[in-house]
Amino acid sequence: MNLRSLSVGEQVALLFVIVFGLLLAATVAWTLLSLREMPEDSKARHERFGRDLRAVWIGAVLFWLSWMSGAIGAVLLFGIVSFLALREFITLMHTRRGDHRGLLVAFFVVLPVQFAIAGGRWFDLLTVFIPVYVFLAIPVISALAGDPQRFLERNAKIQWGIMVCVYGLSHAPALLLLGFAGYDGRGAFLLFFLVVVSACAQIVQEGVSRRFRGMPAARHIDRSFSARGWFISVAVAGLAGAALYWITPFKPFQAFVLAAVAGGAGTLGELVMRALKRDAGVASWGNARALTGAVGLLDRIAPLAFAAPIFFHLTRWYFRV
Amino acid sequence: MTRADAFGYLLAFVARLITGAQGHWKGCPPKAEQRIYFANHQSHFDWVLIWAALPRELRATTRPIAARDYWTATPFKHWITREVFHAVYVSRQRTDDQDPLEPLAEALSHGDSLVIFPEGTRSNKGEPQPFKSGLYNLAQQFPQVQLIPAWIDNVQRVMPKGEVVPVPILCTVTFGAPLQRVDGEDKREFLERARMAVVALRPPVA
Repeated sequence: MNLRSLSVGEQVALLFVIVFGLLLAATVAWTLLSLREMPEDSKARHERFGRDLRAVWIGAVLFWLSWMSGAIGAVLLFGIVSFLALREFITLMHTRRGDHRGLLVAFFVVLPVQFAIAGGRWFDLLTVFIPVYVFLAIPVISALAGDPQRFLERNAKIQWGIMVCVYGLSHAPALLLLGFAGYDGRGAFLLFFLVVVSACAQIVQEGVSRRFRGMPAARHIDRSFSARGWFISVAVAGLAGAALYWITPFKPFQAFVLAAVAGGAGTLGELVMRALKRDAGVASWGNARALTGAVGLLDRIAPLAFAAPIFFHLTRWYFRV
Repeated sequence: MTRADAFGYLLAFVARLITGAQGHWKGCPPKAEQRIYFANHQSHFDWVLIWAALPRELRATTRPIAARDYWTATPFKHWITREVFHAVYVSRQRTDDQDPLEPLAEALSHGDSLVIFPEGTRSNKGEPQPFKSGLYNLAQQFPQVQLIPAWIDNVQRVMPKGEVVPVPILCTVTFGAPLQRVDGEDKREFLERARMAVVALRPPVA
């Protein structure tokens, strides 16, 4: 069967059939395994894998829905995810009374506008709206509230939240909508490519660090993150990307480089998130014991939020689209 | 579904979207028993939060207390407190011939559950203020009703005093174990014990 001879719609459909088929197989295997007796430690690992599997299911369904529903649906769905992530982020950052207006603007103006820009495919504006315009607007509102205490710190927290949860995530629907010459309607592949390579990098990085206890690069932030693990994960992400080059508009080597960069950025983004978590004093964003009781969404989106803007920019810059 | 029901669903949905309205049932399960929930009071949002954190089946029989002069002032306020929340109205002006707790006692003798904020007013100091004696009197009159302490966390950040639009920040309501009656305890001791039961539910600060 020649994949290239299929129509675009058929190719995308095939992609989803494969993805959901693999997921289904994994779930069936997991369910069968849970029927068996097992010792405590592998039981914990089993539970953890089950949780990850559920997260992947949710991610895949989200991805499918956003593809099915076109530009507006994709923008809306990622907009909601971004809203929930920002809500979680702000909950853990101790904001003060004077931040109220600034936060309102972040949630109810910046977020919708940024996603509307993504939906309208105004990609030049997409890259500068938050770092340039919002960068000024938020501290101005904050200054007008008249509370000078910890001014820099408070504003930095809000800006950070917006950059990670809004700016970073808004590049996911933007990737779906990016129009390559001769590659129309295949944005789903690009997003899929990004998600797969960053997931690969994440899994490899974790596996390598667990198996070969190298020197942790930053002991106080993450006991398992090592330079060796990171380099291996970047290489594996690159290879995975090269193996997937045929679903992208890239040549194999281009795919290798882009995947390596995206994978590396994703794992580093996770490291940064972990540092933030340590700073906020929580083991996982919003676990049951913390005050929030949220689902730990920030943990899940961290690699995507950091890798998507870099991947998006490199792609646009190199291919001039 | 009536209009009030639909409005109630919408309101609970919005409250969940903005605050998560997570209910943590630490000391008791969410059951359809007759209860008096008493909680710390920091914002106008408190009641909606407790209400949204309750399972849907319990919402209809769990009633808030509303000041009659304020909450019947306009038709909309009256409608929302009467039809959606089934509020118990109390008047703030003391008249000599009437017990201010009478409407509450009436609701309890109907078998309804109540949510009360025994501080009587909103505090934003973090620590709840001393409790007013209404809780003690109700506990005396209705010994069979469970007294459930609750701590509402983070809500002062959602809507600080004087602001109108809420910021989306996750909040939790932690429900504790029923307060036991102790024989021979006087009013002051009881109220202090009740207050400590609420404070004890505050999540540890990271």
